[in-house]
Amino acid sequence: MMRKFREKLPGRIFFLLALSSISVLALITVFIVVQGAPIIARVGVIDFVFGMSWAPSQGEYGIFPMIVGSLSVTLGAVVLGVPIGICCSIFLAEFAPVRLRNLFRPAIQLLAGIPSVVYGLWGLIFIVPFIRNYMGGPGLSILAGSVVLAIMILPTVISISEVSILALPPAYKEGALALGMTHWQAIRSVQLPAAKSGIVAAVILGIGRAIGETMAVIMLLGNAVALPSSILDPIRTLTTNIGIEMGYATGEHREALFATGIVLFVVIMILNSTAQTIVKRKKDQ
Amino acid sequence: MKQGNTKISIRDYQFFYGEKQALFDINLDIRANEILSVLGPANSGITTLLRSLNRLCDLIPKVRMQGDILVDGESIYAPHVVVTELRRRLGMVFDVPSPLPMTIFDNIAFGPRLHGKKNRQRLADTVEQSLRMAALWEDVKDRLHMPAMSLSGGQQQRLCIARVLALQPEVILLDRPCSGLDPISTSKIEDSLQLLKKRFTIVIAPHNVQQATRISDSAAFMLMGRLIEVGVGDDLFANPRDKRTSDYITGRYG
Ligand SMILES: Nc1ncnc2c1ncn2[C@@H]1O[C@H](COP(=O)(O)OP(=O)(O)OP(=O)(O)O)[C@@H](O)[C@H]1O
Ligand SMILES: [Mg+2]
Repeated sequence: MMRKFREKLPGRIFFLLALSSISVLALITVFIVVQGAPIIARVGVIDFVFGMSWAPSQGEYGIFPMIVGSLSVTLGAVVLGVPIGICCSIFLAEFAPVRLRNLFRPAIQLLAGIPSVVYGLWGLIFIVPFIRNYMGGPGLSILAGSVVLAIMILPTVISISEVSILALPPAYKEGALALGMTHWQAIRSVQLPAAKSGIVAAVILGIGRAIGETMAVIMLLGNAVALPSSILDPIRTLTTNIGIEMGYATGEHREALFATGIVLFVVIMILNSTAQTIVKRKKDQ
Repeated sequence: MKQGNTKISIRDYQFFYGEKQALFDINLDIRANEILSVLGPANSGITTLLRSLNRLCDLIPKVRMQGDILVDGESIYAPHVVVTELRRRLGMVFDVPSPLPMTIFDNIAFGPRLHGKKNRQRLADTVEQSLRMAALWEDVKDRLHMPAMSLSGGQQQRLCIARVLALQPEVILLDRPCSGLDPISTSKIEDSLQLLKKRFTIVIAPHNVQQATRISDSAAFMLMGRLIEVGVGDDLFANPRDKRTSDYITGRYG
């Protein structure tokens, strides 16, 4: 009797721990939905999501420009950051001499530990004036946000891709080389495809970080609520909308910000599941 | 090339992993179209020797070698030797089956494509021939486009042999190719080696002494990085000259 209980105890404890973290997640979700859903219902899902005008004082709650904002800044960060990140990870995993690698790794981890407000400041002082002077526009723009976010997602992309390349069985590489491939051919046609699911996971996490980032982009995007016509225009994202207005919002306005949170949640879930189906489909081939 | 000609000639070869010497003064001639077994207890340096032949050992940092290895009378370290081409000529099969993460067909077509063969029909022919030589065609002809990982261990290993054959090598190096396999897969591989030696020179690190006696035309015994003796035919097993060899063969080294 006692023995049986002891055997099962660890399983139960871990189950409880797992349950508690899931329930916290559930609690947060429920809280946001309860706070935000009523106003979506009142305004109407279509008008809320695709509405072009955001004027809480006049009771207008359309967040489409911010959805466009979140997606465009994230896309920009991915386009700029992911290729660089993957190249870095290949370099670290395959080419860098041990000493260089030991220098790079902690440096990259440090990059991950810098608070986002510092990234924002840095962007404000270097990137924004650069864009204003050499490319035009106000400087506070999609491009400025994308550049800084690209740097912010680098550590995630680099370290997870690197780990997934290093975790490959050495047999892949040896087998490829023994077939007469050069090192680069082995990387490109065997190792990278084999590490693909890990690299995609890295990109997904990078996207998650970019789309959820608030502080740095508040400082860099200009925060205008309007559809942009170029990457040099200012914009507002879903997160910055919440971050800027939550401090003073009351009543219906406050509810609308929670509703913005719901939309952010949904957007992230859509992105994640798309990425995951891509990985799955590729794997089944 | 007829049997009897020297295909590979190893001269005063020494190999070092950093400070640690793994091979000492190896002198060995390997004749064309025969199966040479290289056997010995763990850590004898057999893997190091096999991987030296196709210069796969070069890739490990801080290694160093002395002496020479000649293939068809030409040093593999000669400056004009293209290493990737050398590795095509001396194909290698590893102890753990290592199919690439792609389909059965692509695993085999990969090497030929890499070396410039693009014609679809000819590729398909090469794939079929290679699979037949490796005694795998009947098993997989209906599922060439399934992932190679879906094969059993023995089939994966035969796939790796077929993959090497598709490159039209001259020498096949096999490092304990049957170590994880069941007796039936093992005997299939042994059978196909007997067919293959008509066209290729084969150097194998056998699974155990029994396997060596079944398959070899000559056998070499290694111990702690040194080549102890070489025997043609059953010589090494029937009349070992060195006491250490007979100890190993009668099972005293495990
Ligand atoms: N990459 C390496 N770095 C340092 N030493 C190594 C390396 N590979 C092998 N060695 C050493 O060289 C010696 C010979 O190893 P090798 O793998 O060639 O022997 P082996 O006969 O193939 O052994 P096994 O029967 O275990 O396959 C061993 O002492 C081993 O520890
Ligand atoms: Mg070995």
